[in-house]
Amino acid sequence: MRGETILFVVFAVLALVTALNVLVQRNPLYSALSLIGTLASLSAVYMTLRAQFIAAVQIVVYAGAIMVLFVFVIMLLNVPKDQPQVEKQKGLRYLAIPFAGLLIAETFTVLQRLPARSMPPLPASGGDQAVGTTWSIGTALFTDYLLPFEVTSVLILMAVVGAMVLARREND
Amino acid sequence: MAPLTWYLGLSALLFTIGAVGVFIKRNAITIFLCIELMLNAVNLALVSLSSFFGDIGGQLFVFIVMTVAAAEAAVGLAIIISIYRNRESLNVDEVDNLKL
Repeated sequence: MRGETILFVVFAVLALVTALNVLVQRNPLYSALSLIGTLASLSAVYMTLRAQFIAAVQIVVYAGAIMVLFVFVIMLLNVPKDQPQVEKQKGLRYLAIPFAGLLIAETFTVLQRLPARSMPPLPASGGDQAVGTTWSIGTALFTDYLLPFEVTSVLILMAVVGAMVLARREND
Repeated sequence: MAPLTWYLGLSALLFTIGAVGVFIKRNAITIFLCIELMLNAVNLALVSLSSFFGDIGGQLFVFIVMTVAAAEAAVGLAIIISIYRNRESLNVDEVDNLKL
């Protein structure tokens, strides 16, 4: 049981460091690579929560497909570094820090009132059908949550058509 | 086992880092990356609550959030490409046609 806590702390620190590195880097490509580190660390954190399926999907879909799309577009556009010549509203940027402090303070105030709760133990019959396995997710997805699943597929279709229309050149 | 508060605290910190990034960054792609970071922070909160309460609904919702994020990335990056074609720049301060 202690091992899970140690794993959580290690990967939580890793996720926070790489997330901060996303902001520190000026080249968008390095930011994207750093975000891949955050996503991979979060996948490990999901493993400590016994959410194996979501952890695998996080690596395959997020760190794989979505970030490849980002890196591909960054390389396609040959994006210049984030050093704008014209910078309007320079003062407004420094307002972000106090507002971030406010946001953190609000969330931690809420968290302090949260009752302590421990994770439910694995069922005695073994972990095959516990919450978070592929079996449990698949069963729920194709019975109780069938309508959201179908609506999501329609949404993906719309996104594919929309992306093609938007990225097409105008002159043909 | 780490307590639930730690997971939600990590989620809150990641969300704040993403929100700060949206405010201080000027590159459209970096802002987009920060939005993905915020989506992931919310996913972490959903998965941890789902695991601690033993309810599969949260993880299914994460699954759907991921597909929506993929759709959003495809459409958003297409918009960014078309902005770059028109302006040769990704600075969001220069895209101010809607400004009064």
